[in-house]
Amino acid sequence: MKRRTPLVLAATVVLAACGSSTSRSTGSATTTAVAVTTPGSTLAGSSAPSVAAGSVTLKLLSYDAYVLPDSVKQFTAATGIGVEFVKAGADAGTLVNSAILTAGKPQGDVLFGIDNTLLSRGVTSKGLFIPYRSKESANLDQTATALVPGHEVTPIDTSDVCVNIDTSYFTAKGLTPPATFDDLVKPEYKGMLVVENPGTSSTGLAFMLATVAKYGPDGFAAYWKQLRGNGVVAVDSWDDAYFNEFSQGGSGGKLPIVVSYATSPPYPLVTGDEPRPTVPTTANLPDTCFRQIEFAGILDGSKHVAEDQQLVDFLAGRPYQESLPLSNFVYPIRADATVPDVFTKYATLSPKPWSVSPGDIAKNRDAWIETWTKTVLR
Amino acid sequence: MDEDRSAVGSVVGAVSPATASEAKAADTEAAAITRSQRHASALWIAVVPTIFLAVFFGWPLVTMLRRGLAWSAFSSVLGDSGIRSVMWFTAWQAVVSTFATVVLGVWPAYVLARYRFTGRRALSALLAVPFVLPTVVVGLAFLALLPDSWRRSVPAILVAHVWMNVAVIVRTVGSFVSQLDPGLEDAAATLGASRWKTLRHVVLPLTKGAILGSVAIVFLFCFTSFGIVRILGGPAHPTLEVEIWRRTTQSLDLSTAAALSVIQLVLIVGALSIWTWRQRRAASGPVAMRTRTAFRTASSRTESLAVAVTAVVAAAFVLVPVGRLVAQSMQSSRPGNPLAAWQAIVHSDLGASLWASARVAAGAVLVATAMGALASIAIAGNPRAGALLDAGLMLPLGTSAVTIGFGLLITFDHPPIDLRGSWVMLPLGHALVATPFVVRAVLPTLRGIDPDLRHAASTLGARPWQVWRNVDLPVLRRALIVGAGFAAAISLGEFGASSFLARSGTETVPLAIARLLGRPSKLNLAEASALATVLMVVIVAILLILDRQPGGIGQSDVHRRRARPARVARTEVSR
Repeated sequence: MKRRTPLVLAATVVLAACGSSTSRSTGSATTTAVAVTTPGSTLAGSSAPSVAAGSVTLKLLSYDAYVLPDSVKQFTAATGIGVEFVKAGADAGTLVNSAILTAGKPQGDVLFGIDNTLLSRGVTSKGLFIPYRSKESANLDQTATALVPGHEVTPIDTSDVCVNIDTSYFTAKGLTPPATFDDLVKPEYKGMLVVENPGTSSTGLAFMLATVAKYGPDGFAAYWKQLRGNGVVAVDSWDDAYFNEFSQGGSGGKLPIVVSYATSPPYPLVTGDEPRPTVPTTANLPDTCFRQIEFAGILDGSKHVAEDQQLVDFLAGRPYQESLPLSNFVYPIRADATVPDVFTKYATLSPKPWSVSPGDIAKNRDAWIETWTKTVLR
Repeated sequence: MDEDRSAVGSVVGAVSPATASEAKAADTEAAAITRSQRHASALWIAVVPTIFLAVFFGWPLVTMLRRGLAWSAFSSVLGDSGIRSVMWFTAWQAVVSTFATVVLGVWPAYVLARYRFTGRRALSALLAVPFVLPTVVVGLAFLALLPDSWRRSVPAILVAHVWMNVAVIVRTVGSFVSQLDPGLEDAAATLGASRWKTLRHVVLPLTKGAILGSVAIVFLFCFTSFGIVRILGGPAHPTLEVEIWRRTTQSLDLSTAAALSVIQLVLIVGALSIWTWRQRRAASGPVAMRTRTAFRTASSRTESLAVAVTAVVAAAFVLVPVGRLVAQSMQSSRPGNPLAAWQAIVHSDLGASLWASARVAAGAVLVATAMGALASIAIAGNPRAGALLDAGLMLPLGTSAVTIGFGLLITFDHPPIDLRGSWVMLPLGHALVATPFVVRAVLPTLRGIDPDLRHAASTLGARPWQVWRNVDLPVLRRALIVGAGFAAAISLGEFGASSFLARSGTETVPLAIARLLGRPSKLNLAEASALATVLMVVIVAILLILDRQPGGIGQSDVHRRRARPARVARTEVSR
């Protein structure tokens, strides 16, 4: 499917090259063909005029790391609605807060990337989202949809924040890797763990919330005190932790245990040119995971609500859901979506993830972060 | 081109010393009239940069602050010992970083401006490299190089601040020194002063104004340090900038953020008033400025040794972290293929993001150079009102990027200026940061132009624009080029403000680097390092090309022999 584009493009060039008298009409016809052929050849004939001038292009707001999967072209081919990805924040927190600040006069039409740690803030913020109950609602994970009874936003994907370990390090040392929270405070793992600051990193926040879920709002500080005693290293962001401190980050980091994602281990196996590594050198610890769910919602002030609704349905539909793992390294939120083998093999979600309700997070996050800061940094 | 330049030179030369003193004696009244005309027209010229500043900085800032401002927040902020220690740390690390940068930067600035040696131009361009590197990447290089005991510590922050800011001193102070008439130094030597004495008692006092000018920029940069502080200092040493960012983007505590922003502004305005006052006292007044660089050759073995050591140390200082990055770009964990990351970026991000960066940088350079030049003319022409504009243009450097970024988002969201999602936001935001650099590069030179030259020209019948074209412009060209180079470097490397503005279309190189570092793979790290390397090559190329332009550092060499007799003649008459 992908291979066809260069051929069509080549044809355009050739056609344009011979005879300038006809090049205009031929050129534009071929251009349309390119736009339609790329997404899926089956749709080519029926929806030829779909990308005509004057049709709607929706702006999809998300955080910078989001990748617009190729599957979105199917949406455009089928509906004639274009989708443009607008980067609207370096992280989910910035994304949501800037959306709240610009509520009513949004930077785009649909926002994707608000997660369960930010959900209450977004849903209770007046005039941020226009509620919409997706046609796909019934096919989505019901624990996720239950979080938004008012349908302000629709769950799209899920993943876990988990402790990751450098498996090669433990094999080489002949040391049994840790498996649980309690293991991490044992002396044999002293000075091996790097975590992110929950005040400045959503990954760090998720991990802190996992410890709140495990040890309770009154007990988690004591756990962190033990971690501190065991030489935990705290840094400000995920990339700092992973690339600068983690021993599998690639820049000489020395710590073999890092707070990252359940889907981190297989990432190097599917990125870049061949030959790629075939076996991961890292693994996640399923007992230490915090479940994250990401949602999409229609921004109040959008001038294309009917089209926005179609887009939300598409995001919750099977083609997009199945394209999520390899584009954004998250799990689909619908059970009937198939997941690639590398995920089932190396990136399994925790069977018993930790969670805290969005309401409790909204109520206590600042106090918990303050407690964490006092315990770990001062 | 040669003809053109020597023609310009000869106009200045002709108008220059002898006629100037004649004119002074003959017609002080005419001089007074010209001066008051300049004062008045300076006010008119000031209108454009003032409007630019008010619309794209003042308005968004006020809009953003009004969203969160609550008086109760001030008492809780000032009563919080944690925040008080953040304020204290922010201030002292900025003072120490600035002091270290100036102390370490002045001598290399002089050496690069005055001595000719192989690789001088390359070194001068190289020193600007730290400027274009996103702080994420700088952090990576430094963490890999610094001793373990310095990990996440204050000394690491200070070293990185010096590394990043030495270029400001070398380029702005250097631009001034290179045009300072070396006849003064020759005269001192003739009178028996040692090299060291000449530097201390002749060059340094004359350069003080230019140094003080750059001090403000370096201070503000360190004061609002964000990425370096987060990575190298670790979470235990936040600056006010980090706290404002955290309250705004993470906890949505806008009232605390607004209170902190106001406190940050008050501290900055305080620092800038001290600076303005000191600067006025230090201003050396007009000195003989030249259109070309005049080099000196080391006269003793100690002197040439000092020059050589300076050049080597400066080069090593910049190159060690840079080398580390280049090496990192080859470590992609793909066995047998050290260039895997380079292939990957060529296939995917490189072309598009370079193009996006180029577009944004071109816009930013145009706006910043125009605004900076106009502002400099206004500031030099009207010292009182000018000082206000000068300090005002510095404010964006000292204001938190998130406050400006979010301010722009919520200000320009309806007609007549609806910039939602527009890429125009980026060059505008970058120009705000880059304009004070252009001013710093241009102003000392402009102030150094002897007003007698202008008076003489008008006495001889030149119209104001002719005076400007034939007297000011030839001298300014080099400073403008330095300023434009700075603006390009800032825009190419800018990440902070860019990351808060909603952007559709292609990402700039720093944003592509940030995206690559958002996924856990050694290949991504290598790709990010490769992109950073490209950014460095691009800025070095740009600066080398700019330096070769008429008025650039490189130009002078060609004219050296012809220039010398003129210089000697002028030195004798004017001082």
